[in-house]
Amino acid sequence: MSADLWTALFIALLAAFTGYEVISRVPVLLHTPLMSGSNFIHGIVLVGAIVALGIASNPLEQGIGFVAVVMGAMNVTGGYVVTERILAMFDRSKRKGGPT
Amino acid sequence: MTALVQDAINAVYVLAVVVFILGLRAMSSPATARRGILYAGAAMFIAVAVTFFSPGLSNFLFIFLAVAIGGLAGWYWARVVQMTAMPQMVAVFNGMGGGAAAAIAAVTLLSSLSTPATAGLSLAGAVIGSISIAGSLIAFLKLQGWLRSKPIVLPGRQFVNTAVLLVGLGFGVAALWQLSAFWLLPFYVLLLLYGVLLTLPIGGADMPVVISLTNALTGIAVALDGFALVNGPLGDAGYAMVIAGVLVGSAGSLLTLLMAKAMNRSIANVFFGAFGATEEQGTTMQGSLKPIEVSDVAAMLAYAGSVIIAPGYGLAVAQAQGKVRELSDLLEQKGVTVKFAIHPVAGRMPGHMNVLLAEAGVSYDKLFDRDEIDPEFATTDVVLVIGANDVVNPAARRKGSLLYGMPILDVDAAKNVIVLKRGSGKGFAGIENDLFYRDNTRMLYGDAQDTLTKLVQELKKL
Repeated sequence: MSADLWTALFIALLAAFTGYEVISRVPVLLHTPLMSGSNFIHGIVLVGAIVALGIASNPLEQGIGFVAVVMGAMNVTGGYVVTERILAMFDRSKRKGGPT
Repeated sequence: MTALVQDAINAVYVLAVVVFILGLRAMSSPATARRGILYAGAAMFIAVAVTFFSPGLSNFLFIFLAVAIGGLAGWYWARVVQMTAMPQMVAVFNGMGGGAAAAIAAVTLLSSLSTPATAGLSLAGAVIGSISIAGSLIAFLKLQGWLRSKPIVLPGRQFVNTAVLLVGLGFGVAALWQLSAFWLLPFYVLLLLYGVLLTLPIGGADMPVVISLTNALTGIAVALDGFALVNGPLGDAGYAMVIAGVLVGSAGSLLTLLMAKAMNRSIANVFFGAFGATEEQGTTMQGSLKPIEVSDVAAMLAYAGSVIIAPGYGLAVAQAQGKVRELSDLLEQKGVTVKFAIHPVAGRMPGHMNVLLAEAGVSYDKLFDRDEIDPEFATTDVVLVIGANDVVNPAARRKGSLLYGMPILDVDAAKNVIVLKRGSGKGFAGIENDLFYRDNTRMLYGDAQDTLTKLVQELKKL
């Protein structure tokens, strides 16, 4: 295994603990936006899809890469808009309820 | 020059990752949640934008076109979808992520750049990504009602599923020896089929667990693709994918475990148990179902000191969230304390019920978790159960019941329980609910939207 892969492995372990720590105290109230939000965050796959299509060198690779970018872009924008809409509702209900 | 560009791109990825984590953290508290998604959105935007400047990329026209198509489709669909349909929407976008991960893996596997290590990682990404997209799409079809929501159990499924998986993996391993579309095509077909077969026997009410798990799976698939890219000439994007993917993978796994725990089921039981396919036999109920009129319920509520509303998915099906809010506002004007008891698996996604009530304008400080509100049932005058069944079924306390051990809302401890229900059918688990036969329980039959409208009218007269 190359040094880069080892570095990536270290990073992955740290990220796993970070994810666990950040999420472990979340109230049930926020589980839906959180799931939708993490759904948006794995939309980072779009970056990989752009690279894949960018280095594609024949029609087959280009075709698959194109599909990857379409799906990745859908994941990112859809995930963002849905999460935004959900959280906007929490904002509104808070104002209606007034200060407690 | 290229080195400078590389450094600049790397710096931006580092920044994006930091902002991602801050965003995710902000999303774990209601007060800062909105800020959290804005942070994460900004981080994503710059991460995607700098990727275009990576040296050595071509096919820009295709890239722009694909981003435009996918972006517009996702944006439009997410804007128009109803809040009740949110879970299947998340399932679709999640599936898209898994599909993208599987497709990226295909490109990496086919490209001449791959080494044995990266090919292995890509293959693993392809396996998980394929299962994720197939599973997510079945979850979407079931939640949307385009596919039967009850478990679809095929004969000999354990054997068939395992065979499909093993043969598929076999083609994948063969592809590692001789990289070509010849081996990859059957590999992908079988893995997608496995994802479908895995999800078909899972019932609609278990979909929260499925969505949550496929979400985590997509994260892991993205991370694996990232690992494969790290070794290549454009490694920087790979690190960003590893971090974001693993973040989602670990957060998603934790959420999945929480969901399964709330139902007192193991992940294995959810996926392989075909829960709800068989009905429990041989339990006879003591007592009888006692119907009640709307006007009596209205009087009971108006003169109660405290009311707890326990909503279930039936409320969302009847689109009655707005009516519930009207009812609770009206009661509060009359000096009645109103609280909502939200079971962790009410709805079709973790926390789905909270979102639906928030959309209807119910303030979130009136929504209580099962653990918070459970001791209060005993001192509550009236509990309104609206469209919920299994989560209030005392059978969960009876040894030998299919539901045994599932934490439920102990509504039967209240002085009066009113159950709003469409008919006298059983819940998702197919188990009789002895709550309905208790002495302190009255049944109010009818469509929730309809019944609540009448209830509000009656209350206004009092």
